[in-house]
Amino acid sequence: MVFWIEVFASFLLMTGGLFILIGALGMVKLPDFYTRLHAPTKATTLGIGCILIASMALHALRGDGLSIHELVISLFLFITAPVSAYMVAKAALQRRTQLVEGTLNTEMSKNILERRPPGD
Amino acid sequence: MLTTVLMVVSVMVGLALVLNTIRLLAGPSTADRILALDTLYINSIALIVLLGLYFSSDMYFESALLIAMLGFVSTAALAKYLLRGDIIE
Repeated sequence: MVFWIEVFASFLLMTGGLFILIGALGMVKLPDFYTRLHAPTKATTLGIGCILIASMALHALRGDGLSIHELVISLFLFITAPVSAYMVAKAALQRRTQLVEGTLNTEMSKNILERRPPGD
Repeated sequence: MLTTVLMVVSVMVGLALVLNTIRLLAGPSTADRILALDTLYINSIALIVLLGLYFSSDMYFESALLIAMLGFVSTAALAKYLLRGDIIE
């Protein structure tokens, strides 16, 4: 039983590490800001979720009971990661960061830039 | 077995930190640098959790939680500064 819990935790740790590494690779390799925004926000939340679940399993194995710390960290990260990604994307759109060549639906971003707040 | 796996995953996360630092130094726009900083603090939380597993200590979770909260606040403040030119109007 103990051995299988260790195998499960090792599998989750390797999956999480691979996701984090792939997210960082996409961060370096992808061509423009908006595609670079896509790679690490998904990969790091998934990777850190796997690592925190493995940490919960190993702490339960050690006999401390089921700890709640990891759940608090993962809940906080899963709430805040989309919010920060949205804020950075909106700031980049306002600063007119260049799109990569051949991006479809660019008139949508032009419409967003011409929008005014309601009371204006 | 678990010690070896922890070492390998720590090396992976360290490599991810180096790649993010490359983007932080070379990013063409300021939004790229903010995004690289955001990813950097999330990866550092993963590294701290791995350290807590390796030394089998409970003291690392508080620092991970602290980094998570302060990292989100700093990203929000930097994005707000980029958007409006001011943090508190």
